[in-house]
Amino acid sequence: MIAIVDYNAGNLTSVKLALDYLGTCAEITRDPARILAAERVIFPGVGSAGAAMQNIRALGLADALRQVVQRGTPFLGICLGTQIIFEASEEDGGVQGLGIMAGTVKRFHPANPADKVPQIGWNSVAFVKPHPLFAGIESGSEFYFVHSYYPAPADRACVLGETEYADIRFASVVTRDNLAATQFHPEKSGRLGLQFLKNFTAWKTA
Amino acid sequence: MLTKRIIPCLDVRRGKVTKGVRFQNNVELGDPVEMAAAYSAGGCDELVFYDITASAEHRPIDIEMVAAVARAIHIPFTVGGGITGLADMARVLTAGAEKISLNSLAVQNPTIITEGAKAFGAQCIVLGMDPVKMPDNPRFPSGYEITIRGFRERTGLDALAWARRAEELGAGEIVVNSVDADGTQQGFELTLTRLIATQVHIPVVASGGAGTPDHLAAVFTTGCADAAIIAGMIHTGAYTIRQIKEALLAKHIPVRKKW
Repeated sequence: MIAIVDYNAGNLTSVKLALDYLGTCAEITRDPARILAAERVIFPGVGSAGAAMQNIRALGLADALRQVVQRGTPFLGICLGTQIIFEASEEDGGVQGLGIMAGTVKRFHPANPADKVPQIGWNSVAFVKPHPLFAGIESGSEFYFVHSYYPAPADRACVLGETEYADIRFASVVTRDNLAATQFHPEKSGRLGLQFLKNFTAWKTA
Repeated sequence: MLTKRIIPCLDVRRGKVTKGVRFQNNVELGDPVEMAAAYSAGGCDELVFYDITASAEHRPIDIEMVAAVARAIHIPFTVGGGITGLADMARVLTAGAEKISLNSLAVQNPTIITEGAKAFGAQCIVLGMDPVKMPDNPRFPSGYEITIRGFRERTGLDALAWARRAEELGAGEIVVNSVDADGTQQGFELTLTRLIATQVHIPVVASGGAGTPDHLAAVFTTGCADAAIIAGMIHTGAYTIRQIKEALLAKHIPVRKKW
C-alpha cells in the first residue's frame, strides 16, 4: 500500500488516478499511523508553504513524516511536498520547513520579464547521474512544472536532476537514501511521468 | 528550457465536442473523453474544456465528464464555463482537473479570483478573457473591450486594465481569446496578445484564430505568448500536433519533443 499524504495542500486526485492507472494500491490519508504503516509514501502538494506547514502541525503529521523517512520507507516528495522537506522557504515571509533535507527554497527573480513567475509548463530535466527512478526515461526529457520557488539543497551530492529557468539552474530532482523528491509533477507529466512513478513503486532502496 | 505549450480546446455542448465560428453554427465533432485521450497520446501539452453553454443556460458543469477525462489522461487540463462559486471550483478540482477558467463570473465578482487563489493556489486560477476590438475609443485605452457570456454582453472594461487587475487579484495565468479572431483560422490577434503578454508577469495563453503552424510561430515570437490554444486546425484533421511541433522546432521555437 502506498500512502498519499493529505494535509489540505491542494488536489491529490491526480496522484491517486496516476497510481490507479499503474494498477498500484494507494490510499489518500492524513492518519499518522497509516502513513507509518505504509510500504511507500508519496508527499505531494500545491499551494503555499506557510499554509502547508500550519496544516502539517495542526494535523500532527510532522513527526510521522520525519520518522517514516528515517526508518527507510521509500518516500517521494512532489512540488510543494518537496519544498517543505527542506529546512526553510522564502515563501510567505519565511517559513520553517520539516528539515528532513538540508537546504532552503528560494523564489525566482527573473531579470528578463519574458520569464514569468510562476513557471508553468514543460521543462527538461537533465539527469546528473543514473538512478533507478530514471529507468526507461532519457536525460533531457520534459516534465510538467508549476512553481514560483525552487529547491536549493545544501549538499550537491543530493542533486539527481537539474532544470534551467529564469537564468537559474536548479535541482528539480533530489535524493538521499530512501528519499526522493521532484519539483515537477510526475502525475501530470504524461507517459514519462507515469514511468517515473512506476519506477518509484518498484524502487528497492538500500 | 521552458517549452511553449500547445493546448487543444474542446468546446463541449450536451456531452459532445462542438466547433463553431464566434460561438455560432456549432457542429458536433465527437466524444470529449475519446478526443482528450487521442490528443494527449498525440503530444498536446495540456487540454482545455469549455462547457460552452453552461453559463448561458444556468446549468452546472458536468462533473462525471471531468472525472472521466481525469481517468483517461495524465497531463494537466483546465475546465471553464458554468462555475458559480468556490463549491463548484472544489468539485471540478477534486474530480481531477488541474485548473479552473473563470470568465463571466470573474467580471461580475472579481473577488472570486482572490478567494479561489487563496483556497486552491494561484496556479489553479486561470482568468479567461474575451476582448473585442474597440479602436479610437478613449474609454478603452488598450483598444479592446472585455465581453462576457460568449461575446453576447459588453462590460465597459478595458482589456489591459482587466488583465492587470486579475494579476493583482491573484490569477495564475491569463487566456486571451480574441473575439475578432475566434474561429476564423486566419491567425492570432498578435497586437492584443503581445500587449497583454508583455504587461503582466504571469503566463499568457493566446486563443482564437489558429489555422496553421505559422500562426503559432507568430504568436510565440511576435505575440510573446507562453502557450497557445488550438481547435479547428486539429479537429478537422488538417494538422496533427506532431506536425505542428515539427514546424515550430524547424523555426527554433522550443516545444516538448518526447511524449
